[in-house]
Amino acid sequence: MKLNVIDRQILDKVADLHSVPQGAYNIRRDGEALGRHSTANIDIVPKKDKPGIDIFIKPYTKGESVHIPVILSKAGMEDTVYNTFHIGEGSDVYIVAGCGIHNPGNRRSQHDGIHDFYVGKGAKVKYVERHYGQGEGTGERILNPTTYIEVEEGGVVELEMVQIRGVDDTKRNTKVKLHKDAKLIVTERLLTDREQEAHSIIDVELIGEDSSAQIISRSVAKDNSKQVFNLNLIGLNRCRGHIQCDSIIMDNAHVSSIPEITARHSDAQLVHEAAIGKIASEQILKLETLGFTEEQAEEIILEGFLK
Amino acid sequence: MLQVQNLTLEIEGNRILDDIDLNLDRKKLYVITGPNGSGKSSLAKAIMGMYKPTAGSIIFEDQDITDFNITERANLKIGYAFQQPPRFKGITVEELLELSAKNEGQKDIEICDLLLDVGLCAQDYLHRQVDGSLSGGELKRIELATVLARRLKLAIFDEPEAGIDLWSFQKLAETFDMIHEKYDTTIVIISHQERILKLADEVIVMREGTIAEHTTQDKFLSKIARDADCRCRQGCEKGALYDEVECYR
Repeated sequence: MKLNVIDRQILDKVADLHSVPQGAYNIRRDGEALGRHSTANIDIVPKKDKPGIDIFIKPYTKGESVHIPVILSKAGMEDTVYNTFHIGEGSDVYIVAGCGIHNPGNRRSQHDGIHDFYVGKGAKVKYVERHYGQGEGTGERILNPTTYIEVEEGGVVELEMVQIRGVDDTKRNTKVKLHKDAKLIVTERLLTDREQEAHSIIDVELIGEDSSAQIISRSVAKDNSKQVFNLNLIGLNRCRGHIQCDSIIMDNAHVSSIPEITARHSDAQLVHEAAIGKIASEQILKLETLGFTEEQAEEIILEGFLK
Repeated sequence: MLQVQNLTLEIEGNRILDDIDLNLDRKKLYVITGPNGSGKSSLAKAIMGMYKPTAGSIIFEDQDITDFNITERANLKIGYAFQQPPRFKGITVEELLELSAKNEGQKDIEICDLLLDVGLCAQDYLHRQVDGSLSGGELKRIELATVLARRLKLAIFDEPEAGIDLWSFQKLAETFDMIHEKYDTTIVIISHQERILKLADEVIVMREGTIAEHTTQDKFLSKIARDADCRCRQGCEKGALYDEVECYR
């Protein structure tokens, strides 16, 4: 498998990869598989009826990782991919997805990743999805991920969704079903600037007894960008849920934060907190007294906030 | 090393500082005290560059820094510990202290020792975020550590005792004493605490935007002792209202 400079840049941004990863992987570039590797416990099989792959993780697979980054490096690429993860009972795995678009031209590039996760009993999954755009062209860079996750009894899913720069338009749709004792932790980080738009919808159904969900969303909206968050918890049983949605707004940006909690069981405990505000001037002052300029101070504050 | 000359500060038509003259010498420890609203913090902030004076000038090491901004003053090694420090979501105590030392060219700062100097166990705090999960007192101590992390020529501490329990306060007083002994830093502490006043080489008493008195520690403390003997302290308003009553509460 040969990686060029742009491939390497994008893999570094979306998957912290500097070369071909260890363990199981599938690297997709411009709608085609660039490289694929299965291991004894993790089998990656291309779908027959549509673009995408099935990832089968054997029960009790522990400490293994799967990398499935996507690279779009041509202008005018529109790529939809369906990936299904079958995560075996009692396994403990780390999955890195993520998509980077390098758009050198003036036609739009778009990647719609549709991911299904079936998480078996007692399995633990950490799923990291990073989105990134670059390229000198004027063509739009669009990413619309859809993620369905169903977590069986006692399963734990940690989702880290990060989009820091360069994506012009994103609509992110995440739906999660949690069964008995299942646990979900979502960390979302988003930065938009210029004319970018981002819409994040997360719906979590707490179906089973003692299921729990925590959603922590932090975002920064700069310039004329727009962000909308619809974060929604539905408690159908004795359960606990917490939404924390925090945004820093700058320049002429717009942010709507719409957390919603619904309880259909008297032992459901659901909390939402949402805040939008600009950087506190005291924070800038403090960093200036440490010798940083105003611009450096702003950078430090935003970097910390989105970490 | 620092001369404040005819410094006047007006904010929205109110005269906060009125024609202040003050000379500070290298390696001395000064305590500024006086009633609330007398202009102590405003003077400190004007020295740090957080307030721009309406008139007058500030000379630091023979350089006129009146028009210097905060960053420029910080880079001349002037530092200020906030009375009410801000919180930083997502930044850990360790990162904030590293940022504090970053512009000092110090590579290996002893973060654990710094935290210990302000009465915090490093193990418990290094990885905590400087956010709403910290109490006011914890935040205050971390603020002091950010200033101690720098090798300053002039360090100003704005009411360091506020929010700090007595046990830690003892430790803090020792830390000030240690810096005073060990380094050439000129230290200015805004305080009402007798224990801090006892560390002072010189005491500056402010009242209504002016320096009412610039004296030695001994002279000042002898007056405080008289004040402590006063049986009418509870509910006394005279001390604050009438100039002829010499009262330093």
